[in-house]
Amino acid sequence: MSFPWAEHYTPKHPLMQWVDEKLPLPRLVYNAVGAGYPVPRNLNYFWNFGVLAGLALLIQIVTGVVMAMHYGANTLVAFGTVEQTMRDVNAGWLMRYAHANGASFFFIVVYLHIFRGLYFGSYKAPREMVWLLGLVIFLLMMATAFMGYVLPWGQMSYWGAKVITGLFGAIPVVGEPIQTWLLGGFAPGNASLNRFFSLHFLLPFVIAAVVILHIWALHIPGSSNPTGVEVKGPQDTVPFHPYYTAKDGFGAGIFLILFAILLFFAPNYLGHPDNYIEANPLSTPAHIVPEWYFWPFYAILRAFTVDFFFVPAKLLGVLAMFASILLLFFLPWLDTSPVRSGSYRPTFKTFFWILVLDVLILGYCGGAPAEEPYVMISQVAAAYYFAHFLIILPMIARFEKPLPLPNSITEAVLAKYAKADGEPAAVPAE
Amino acid sequence: MVRIGAFLVGLFFAGWLLISFLVGAYSYVVEPPAKTVEHEFHLAPKHVSFSFDGPLGRYDNQQLQRGFQVFKEVCSACHSLKFVAFRDLAGIGYNEAEIKAIAKNWTIKTPSVDPATGEASTRDGIPADYFPSPFANNVAAAAANNNAIPPDLSLMTKARHHGSAYVYSLLTGFQEQPAELLKHFPDAKTPEGLHFNPYFANLNLAMAPPLSADGQVTYGDGTKPTIDQMSQDVAAFLTWTAEPKLENRRRAGVATILFLLIATGLAYMAYQNIWADKKKAA
Repeated sequence: MSFPWAEHYTPKHPLMQWVDEKLPLPRLVYNAVGAGYPVPRNLNYFWNFGVLAGLALLIQIVTGVVMAMHYGANTLVAFGTVEQTMRDVNAGWLMRYAHANGASFFFIVVYLHIFRGLYFGSYKAPREMVWLLGLVIFLLMMATAFMGYVLPWGQMSYWGAKVITGLFGAIPVVGEPIQTWLLGGFAPGNASLNRFFSLHFLLPFVIAAVVILHIWALHIPGSSNPTGVEVKGPQDTVPFHPYYTAKDGFGAGIFLILFAILLFFAPNYLGHPDNYIEANPLSTPAHIVPEWYFWPFYAILRAFTVDFFFVPAKLLGVLAMFASILLLFFLPWLDTSPVRSGSYRPTFKTFFWILVLDVLILGYCGGAPAEEPYVMISQVAAAYYFAHFLIILPMIARFEKPLPLPNSITEAVLAKYAKADGEPAAVPAE
Repeated sequence: MVRIGAFLVGLFFAGWLLISFLVGAYSYVVEPPAKTVEHEFHLAPKHVSFSFDGPLGRYDNQQLQRGFQVFKEVCSACHSLKFVAFRDLAGIGYNEAEIKAIAKNWTIKTPSVDPATGEASTRDGIPADYFPSPFANNVAAAAANNNAIPPDLSLMTKARHHGSAYVYSLLTGFQEQPAELLKHFPDAKTPEGLHFNPYFANLNLAMAPPLSADGQVTYGDGTKPTIDQMSQDVAAFLTWTAEPKLENRRRAGVATILFLLIATGLAYMAYQNIWADKKKAA
């Protein structure tokens, strides 16, 4: 599952030789994220975000396990135990704020990771499985984040749980029984809180398992790169360690600095004040909004305001919201252009940046109150979102004339450095 | 097949969204949404500066103690502070003996059980107790307050946008309902028993102005107890009750970021060093 020129693991110390004979775990690590994994030499900083997402998951698991030690999953005490963690547990405020803001940073790096995949065509053959597993991780993250947000049992926790499980209630006939079954009652209550806690503890480890599959599937073809041209020989790659471990170390430093700024100096900036009010089933907040990372999807949900004959608008919104994520699973077969990298696809690039702007607009509208003009703006933006993936992208693949690709990764790299040095591009003999 | 199916799904969603947009836009033009009185007359919190503003601001213990005095003599008659314990007052500069005395002399006694009979009773507070609530339960609280339950204040400044400024603005914001408002929204006249305050979300709140006269409390440190001063002090105190670890957090943040800057600088140099032979023209 690697290139023939990959370096081989040769333990020198007798103890390591002994371990390698009994359980070749160090060998596995060496081949997965060590010197035994050859990686294209031209990866840019956008390729840092996979490792950063792994780091974010690790931070969430460590802080989350500590939080769970002080948490009581009961509607009578949940809000109070979180407050007690903040006030009376040693460094409890640090764990709590790191966990809450860590979720946001996890989504930031994963969104940038997905952005990278979309722009550089990482989802295309032969890496479809990597993409599909990545989407599975994304869905698991969304479920985990949603359930985690319910646990502090504040006003937004309660009403968010009510709205999101209410989406299932929009399904005809079986909707309400499903909603009742999910909540373990007719409204969010103790049964809901307990099961959300149980699943919120479980799912991160499921995510970790799918991350392993994601990396495994990646190692079969090897990493993609900004040119989208496949690796042709040893001159195109460098060993993951030390080259990319060093680069990821620097990336992790930048990530942690930004994380620390938010965590220590504006820990409630991304949160909602209403979640510092204990859940009250008798008092509905003026604006129920989910966490920022769900805003684009929330905007799509609310964009449907007109019934389609016998299909109510609410059900359409629910279907569209799920469709907006599920359609990504078909992306490798919707975009049939043989050229991977957006850098060599002029038409694709234009529409791609429109999509990025479109998703940001959807996000803004999703966080705004459900009033005009936000609803009208999100209707146009959501229409473009679906049109982009389902209509425009397949058409571009058919009609676009891509720019000429470099012959190899090395040629592209040498051309770049020659240009930086002010020399004419060297053409390597092949 | 995938692409034909996707095309149809895309056409349906995009098409129906555009139709919804046209329907919405039509009714928006024909019948623009009516402005609400809250839209027109609700005000964002006033600007007020505190010692803890900015990324490196610290609490002023003198001010927090004055704010605590206002809470004790005014707010605590109706509002609970259930996530704060008497012992926490060490954080705003009271010593052990003072805290013991504050707990013991607190007007509302701590609920307890009579050791002889097992019946519900009360006892004097001790430092380990949380501030006892003025009402036995929500029903009693609502009954005593014109059907509005006075909210717990422990987290108030984090439960509102710009909470410290909000508390200050609310306390100093009681006023007569503007004539302009009644002219445009005659139905929005403040109902009997409520009080107009443009800093409150729906403009009318059940709480009567709690700080109504200068000199309502007498400060021990000689500060002049104007309504404005008392409002600032209690807003500062409630910022501390909501975020008692603010100073620890900021100190830890400075140390962490300094460490990370150095570590990241070293990581950058290691990265450049390792890549030196790969990053030049052949």
